[in-house]
Amino acid sequence: MITFILRRLAVVIPTFIGITLLVFALIRLIPGDPVEAMSGERGMEPERYAALIAQYGLDRPLPVQYVDYVAKAARGDLGRSIVTHEPVLREFLDRFPATLELSLCAIVFALCLGIPAGIIAALRRNTVVDYSVMGVSLTGYSMPIFWWALLLILFFSVHLGWTPVSGRLAIEYDPARVTGMMLIDTLLSDDEGAFLSALSHLILPTIALGTIPLATLARMTRSAMLEVLGEDYVRAARARGLSPLRVVVRHALRNALIPVITVIGLQVGTLLAGAILTETIFSWPGIGKWMVEAIHRRDYPVVQGGILMSATLVILVNLIVDLLYGAANPRIRHAR
Amino acid sequence: MPADMNPPISNAVAAAPLVPPSPMAELWRDFRLNRGAVAGLVLVITFLLLAILAGVISPHSPIEQYRDAILVPPAWEDGGSTKFLLGTDAVGRDMLSRLIHGTRLSLAIGLVSVGLSLSLGILLGLLAAWRGGKTDTAVMRMMDVLLALPSLLLAVAVIAILGPGLANAMYAIAIVMLPAFVRLTRATALGELQKDYVIASRIAGAGPLRLMCSTVLPNCVAPLIVQATLGFSTAILDAAALGFLGLGAQPPTPEWGSMLSGALEFIQSAWWVVSLPGFAILLAVLAFNLMGDGLRDALDPKLKR
Amino acid sequence: MALLEISKLNVQFGAEARPMRAVEDLDLSIDAGEIVGIVGESGSGKSVTSLALMGLIDAPGRVSAERLVFDGRDLLGMRQRERRALLGRDIAMIFQDPGTTLNPCYTVGDHLVETLSVHEGGSRRALRARALELLREVEIPDPERRLAAYPHQLSGGMSQRVMIALAIACRPRLLIADEPTTALDVTVQAQVLELLLRLQRDNGMALMLITHDLGVVAQTAQRVVVMYAGQVMETGRVPEIFSHPQHPYTSALMAALPENNAGQARLQTIPGVVPGAFDRPAGCLLAPRCSFATTRCQSERPVLTGSHAEATVRCHFPQGTA
Repeated sequence: MITFILRRLAVVIPTFIGITLLVFALIRLIPGDPVEAMSGERGMEPERYAALIAQYGLDRPLPVQYVDYVAKAARGDLGRSIVTHEPVLREFLDRFPATLELSLCAIVFALCLGIPAGIIAALRRNTVVDYSVMGVSLTGYSMPIFWWALLLILFFSVHLGWTPVSGRLAIEYDPARVTGMMLIDTLLSDDEGAFLSALSHLILPTIALGTIPLATLARMTRSAMLEVLGEDYVRAARARGLSPLRVVVRHALRNALIPVITVIGLQVGTLLAGAILTETIFSWPGIGKWMVEAIHRRDYPVVQGGILMSATLVILVNLIVDLLYGAANPRIRHAR
Repeated sequence: MPADMNPPISNAVAAAPLVPPSPMAELWRDFRLNRGAVAGLVLVITFLLLAILAGVISPHSPIEQYRDAILVPPAWEDGGSTKFLLGTDAVGRDMLSRLIHGTRLSLAIGLVSVGLSLSLGILLGLLAAWRGGKTDTAVMRMMDVLLALPSLLLAVAVIAILGPGLANAMYAIAIVMLPAFVRLTRATALGELQKDYVIASRIAGAGPLRLMCSTVLPNCVAPLIVQATLGFSTAILDAAALGFLGLGAQPPTPEWGSMLSGALEFIQSAWWVVSLPGFAILLAVLAFNLMGDGLRDALDPKLKR
Repeated sequence: MALLEISKLNVQFGAEARPMRAVEDLDLSIDAGEIVGIVGESGSGKSVTSLALMGLIDAPGRVSAERLVFDGRDLLGMRQRERRALLGRDIAMIFQDPGTTLNPCYTVGDHLVETLSVHEGGSRRALRARALELLREVEIPDPERRLAAYPHQLSGGMSQRVMIALAIACRPRLLIADEPTTALDVTVQAQVLELLLRLQRDNGMALMLITHDLGVVAQTAQRVVVMYAGQVMETGRVPEIFSHPQHPYTSALMAALPENNAGQARLQTIPGVVPGAFDRPAGCLLAPRCSFATTRCQSERPVLTGSHAEATVRCHFPQGTA
């Protein structure tokens, strides 16, 4: 297990260094002047220009600048937004709980529907049930989620009037911010109306964001289950007179879920990418919307910081998932 | 039983000579059995015809604004007109013509970005497999970096550098898809390089370049075709997403995704403006996914009897 | 009365209109405590027969039989739940490849405890003690430690011993062993077979020993069933069937044994292969590979003749009688 962890780290660390290089290079690759790009000021006085060059350390050699950048980033200094002049990290942390809450809801939604759907499809292989599950999930997988979100709004908000169109909470509520996650904060504020409001605001974004992971999980679970159901040990378990439920849950599912864990990890990327679209449509104040706005405003420090933080998140979650995978698999857990 | 007794069995086995079907015929036979895949192929061909004939069959210009016909509903709705079969948008442009021209654009985006990504991917993948060692590590770590960035986020990052626009969106998407092609080429090439026939042709004195192009590459073709087909759907989807965010195709280009950007405000008044372009995207993406899945199943030797 | 009685067992795969007949009109009976060897090449329907017996043939496979009776109880007529209760308790099975028949996620102990608790129940402590006892019974060294071992930590022979322990856990009256030693190292094969035979004797189990190795059958079984392409070709008692084989196929299998080829440069082999689903001859299934085949053999399918208790043969021209 320790060798396994070390081997994972040996891949993760260079990747992380690569990310910092990429992000560092980003602002210097932008056509035009990096000073203008970083400060957001144009046509400034020569003295101010020189001062900024010194401030950003642009007069020093590139390797020194890079080391400086990484050192600052390691201390949590990701620069300041050109537009708001707030530290980028603070802005990120302000918005991150909203994205986290939405993503967690989406992945739970995807897990709760996708895994059972995949199992049922595998158990009813080549029947109408299987074909329907697979047809629906391929459609979900092919769905442009920004359009899917619009359709959901059109039907549930406009046509039926069941759910709100955008935002996280009705305007009359203002719970104290504790975790930044509205469901938890409204629960803590002990106001049932606020909690229900937060919940109803979450429903459509959750469905929109969870659809692609849902479809992916259903497809993966089905194929993993089919593979495992054909294994000798499943047949041997049946030959020992174990009930179908026990065979499926204890013997087949346990093994089929091991590869599915990896797929769940890969969904973090899908979720963050999807958050860009979902948050834009539902005016959800998370990091996806923040970054799109930053690009439109040419707020490069924010873009830079956002990319760094998102990539770090993806790498970390995948590392954790890899380690979980190792822990779930006796072959790896007991390897010396 | 005496050991020297003749076995009572003769070798009177006369197997009928079997002519194996050509690979293409076999592929088509397997592909045809998959109804979804055939549906995908038919859709893809339809989209292709629409794209080629866009200039001929569109009733109107995709960018001409009919100032007296703003937000006209489709022909079958109240107030619709046969002049605009699928209605008009907020500045009076014909939806049908814009959708047809959008087909051309989406396929072109797919073609360019998949083409770019595929050729660069094959090059890097073969290089990594052939040189091994440090080159291999360097290439693969670069791909890991690209993979660590969520697809759309990476595209957005590239757009942040290059600036919004259709061409830049295509480059961005090509970069997003690159790791898949590199990894696939490298894995297949590594697998092939270990096989006896490659070792044999190496012993026979085939140079590395010749070895790569004439023996290894043809064996990578099947999985690459599948990946490229699926890449079309990724490209169309991501290009539409970028267009929707205003980072891809710019107005008045009739791109499906950008047609949807700003559609939220018509959600109550003009459903056709909201639903039709998205439906076109869904159909196109679905078509390529169905076809890619079908191709993969037909090409996968594991599933063959 | 026989412990197991099968008559006219049919197993088919593929389309209803053009079925692949994996087992065709198979009759078989096994007495309590008896060892019956089932012999044949790959694809002869041996394993499918045992799976059909266990009720493990899934759709689209189809199983039908005139009679399928175990210990006076009709297996085909009973409910799924009742039939499952028999499996693993009264009828147990061991498979060919021990490396893949243990679930990689669970320890040896987990497997044993699960089987015991499903069929017999009891406290976890008692079950673990029983599991330990079983491992001792199958002569696994250091059983306390093995109880906590995962399948990938066991050798092939050790895994097969665990499978045997699982099979005898509830003292079954019929044990089906499908090529129990084929996947093992040659040195281990004899040990595992010996263990199996000792347990059979000690527990008075009936043993259905499926193998392609006539030599093993000759040493162990009381009766032999020779199968070919899903059909029974010959049945008979040991040693008569070996001293006077009636069917050309049985003779050919024996001629292919290495010990019958001593001193010869080349091993006798049987040319050709078992017919597949769609190239089954119209007449005797063996006709294309049989040197005694006549035009009658090519056109007319022979039936099984003789007395079930003693010996039967499916051949127009059985040897030693014509």
